[in-house]
Amino acid sequence: MKKWFNRIYMTLIYVFLFAPIVVLIVFSFNESKSRSNFTGFTFKWYKQLFSNELIMQSLWNTVLVAVVSSVFATLLGTLAAIGIYNLSRRKRAAMMNLVNIPVINPEIVTGVSMMVLFVFIANFFGIELGFWSVCCAHITFCVPYVIMNVMPKLRQMDISMYEAAQDLGCSPNRAFFKAVLPQILPGVFSGFLMAFTYSIDDFVITYFTSGASFPTLPTTIYAMTRMKVNPQINALSAIIFVVVLLFLVISNFCTNKERRKEEI
Amino acid sequence: MLKSKMGSVPFLVWSIIFIMVPLGLVLWYSFTAKDTGEFTPENIFRIGNYSSIFLKSINLALIATVICLVLAYPFAWMLSRAEAHKQGIMMMLVMLPMWMNFLLRTYGWMTLIENEGIINKMFGFIGLGPFEMINTQGAVVLGMVYNYLPFMITPLHSVMVKIDRSTIEAAQDLGAGFWQVLFRVQLPLSLPGIISGITMVFVPSVSTFIISKMLGGGSNMLIGDLIEQQFLGSTYNPYLGSAISLILMVIMLLLMGIMNAFDDDEMQGMVM
Amino acid sequence: MANSEKENALINLRGINMSYEGEKILDNLNLYIRDKEFLTLLGPSGCGKTTTLRIIGGFITPESGDVMFQGKRINDLPPHKRNINTVFQRYALFPHLNVYENVAFGLEVKKVPKDEIKKRVKKMLEIVDLKGFEHRRVTKLSGGQQQRVAIARALVNQPKVLLLDEPLGALDLKLRKEMQLELKKIQQQMEITFIYVTHDQEEAMTMSDTIIIMKDGIIQQIGSPEAIYNEPKNAFVADFIGEANIFDAMMVKDDLVSLCGKEFVCLDGGFGENKPVDVVIRPEDIELKPASEQNSDLYGVVQNVIFKGVHYEMSIQCEGLEWLVHSTRGWKIGDKVGLTLIPDAFHIMKRLYADNTNHVKAQVEDGTVSFFGQTIEGVNLSDGECVLTIPPTAIEVVSLDMADLKVYLESLIYKGVYNELIVYDYDTKLNLLVHSMNDEQVATDIGIRFDKSKITVSSAEEVQ
Repeated sequence: MKKWFNRIYMTLIYVFLFAPIVVLIVFSFNESKSRSNFTGFTFKWYKQLFSNELIMQSLWNTVLVAVVSSVFATLLGTLAAIGIYNLSRRKRAAMMNLVNIPVINPEIVTGVSMMVLFVFIANFFGIELGFWSVCCAHITFCVPYVIMNVMPKLRQMDISMYEAAQDLGCSPNRAFFKAVLPQILPGVFSGFLMAFTYSIDDFVITYFTSGASFPTLPTTIYAMTRMKVNPQINALSAIIFVVVLLFLVISNFCTNKERRKEEI
Repeated sequence: MLKSKMGSVPFLVWSIIFIMVPLGLVLWYSFTAKDTGEFTPENIFRIGNYSSIFLKSINLALIATVICLVLAYPFAWMLSRAEAHKQGIMMMLVMLPMWMNFLLRTYGWMTLIENEGIINKMFGFIGLGPFEMINTQGAVVLGMVYNYLPFMITPLHSVMVKIDRSTIEAAQDLGAGFWQVLFRVQLPLSLPGIISGITMVFVPSVSTFIISKMLGGGSNMLIGDLIEQQFLGSTYNPYLGSAISLILMVIMLLLMGIMNAFDDDEMQGMVM
Repeated sequence: MANSEKENALINLRGINMSYEGEKILDNLNLYIRDKEFLTLLGPSGCGKTTTLRIIGGFITPESGDVMFQGKRINDLPPHKRNINTVFQRYALFPHLNVYENVAFGLEVKKVPKDEIKKRVKKMLEIVDLKGFEHRRVTKLSGGQQQRVAIARALVNQPKVLLLDEPLGALDLKLRKEMQLELKKIQQQMEITFIYVTHDQEEAMTMSDTIIIMKDGIIQQIGSPEAIYNEPKNAFVADFIGEANIFDAMMVKDDLVSLCGKEFVCLDGGFGENKPVDVVIRPEDIELKPASEQNSDLYGVVQNVIFKGVHYEMSIQCEGLEWLVHSTRGWKIGDKVGLTLIPDAFHIMKRLYADNTNHVKAQVEDGTVSFFGQTIEGVNLSDGECVLTIPPTAIEVVSLDMADLKVYLESLIYKGVYNELIVYDYDTKLNLLVHSMNDEQVATDIGIRFDKSKITVSSAEEVQ
């Protein structure tokens, strides 16, 4: 009885979570533009999607921003984590408050505050908002996630490893690369991944900092949803869903394999 | 290199330029007159005109937060009691929709609840409706609940898995029935998760501007929409927009302060 | 066990069955528990003792059978309505409450008046020696103190029965010894029934009025500590309780047993004539004399001597067997000694495998027999049922990657020369008797390989 209640309840929640996604995907194959009547099967929205230059341009912009800003954020964040780790307690606490600002602050406030700065800079140099401003904004909100992923690894790390490496003849720099980096690398990597996905997915901050001539995928999607009926959105959703699913399955598979290796 | 404190310098410089300076600019704009560029508290005073929008935002965000908590609590509990190897997959299924851009998911709901949408069509089959669902406050709350429900489930779940089965059994053993176990043991032990869940749902809900636009139509303007209008919309006025942002930030800081106080008082010694 | 006693018992479990994911945990369990006794469920991990305790506590409902409490069936009564309290394995204290609030929890949910709660909690904390700890956080207490809070929290409700699930497992040896005595004292002082679960036989011996020894969901023996030590019912019990020499022997007739080619008078019977049996001899029941006196039953050489504080523990090679002997006199390695055995020293037990071999039913098809995924060809029998005789020596224990079959090692008993293993096959759900010269870890999977040349196939009628 209780077991059945649990099962039904959990199923309902999952239905709630997946209903809109399933509907989007199903109607991506719908012949007509109707969003409630399935009139026939077609791939034409996918074809249109791939020949839509605006979307392809946005996709390219999005990936470019994500790669540049996540790489830069990872470097900046890893360095920062090591620096903060070595600060005194009080300075460290102050630094962590700074790290937390973009995380806690409502996205829209982060977005408009940076917009104000970028408009200021753009006016000063007589340039337009675009790639540079979006990248700076993305780096800013991605760095905290890198720091939050690297910090715990530093704390878990046994400091005597670093000392042992020096004891065995490594210079401090060499000891860092030989003994410390391998230990914090998983944190660096997961920080990078998080930064990358947040950058790809971000709409609010990009919306305020991208200006008029630098569309990214989320801002283009937003523009498309404003035009109400456009089944290309459905096709795009289906593709994104499949990509995400593949990514998750592969990463899950890899971590499981890794775990099994450790067990042996 | 490991012992160097210098690593934090580039980050500090970056943060000053891209976090502190922008926030400083917002503060400065808030107290600057649009036309003359002189110091004025006028912008702050003008926010009074929009108090109904503030109240509506807070009201809808609160409703959405409560609904999220009520829906997520039993779900997270059931999840935390499932077998360990299943929990990973089930949790991944909760997070999976979050990996899709929220604009797309919200667009999906538009499809579902519009007047000729699938839900109304289903009602039609059993001779009901059509109901006016889209462009209502209810639709905005639905959008908030949908988009932020996983933010409630995740912290609850991560706290709940740490509650040992035998702790619940001990309470039953000592004579506590279902509700007594819930209120005397389960809820106090999951309080840290509840608090971070509330924060993680309320903050984005109260400041959203897309969900209200997509599902609420033009008549359900929230704080976020108001800010957006001042910066990118028809009524361009970054001075007023900055003032509203400032107030929003202050409200959030107050909320966090209250939540943290809760956390500290009740949870002393919770960390085992 | 008189019937009237059974009916007056406080708790009565009748025909309890329980399984988990297809595996039987409790198999037709029957037992009764008297009022005010200290009863211990003893057995290796996975024997079903904790499950039994959880059934009494109400945390799980048995698949079949009756749980009777004071004559009433309570199978479906939820734990919070039972007048039974539990001390959990890792205490399960409420981390958000302090010591006082933890102990008061049960009384508060029962809406006992505030000042009475205060009085009872105070008294209880005195009993467990935690006076003055009321406002401490339970997470800040030591293991021993947490243990006392858990006991106080349960006892303050004045239960008829207290269930204790390996409560001393997390404590160090010295503290454990102290707590054992203290628990016994509390039980006598409060005059309530304690049901105690442990895998530590010494703990069970020191505290219990009655011990129930379990293995694989089946009760092996019920009795007082003395009875179980002196009269173990089978080799498993003998091996589990205390130290023992367990050897293969032959029951010539009632009161006469043959061991190492000699006949000894013993005080046991009812096994029939010339039947193989297990004989258990406790190390302290063997008397040693210098071999030169020529008046002993058996003669051997001291292989190893360890001083244990009160006595010497010696291993003696005698008639090809390794004998464990306790003696207050220390002998030297290499000493020739004589062993004397009085009739009282022998405890005779039925063998689990009466003729010391495995009989497995199988099917013949076109002259081929299949068993445990193996085949024997060229069998000279008509199609139909047949019986395989697999002597324990036809099975070799090998590493898992070389094995014909992966099996679960249920028990291992040292028989003086070799180990007698009982293994369980997951697919056929059959047990097999295996002999091995090596030690293996009990309750793990091991690999076995069959030596087909030593296996004989006979028709089903022949064996009967």
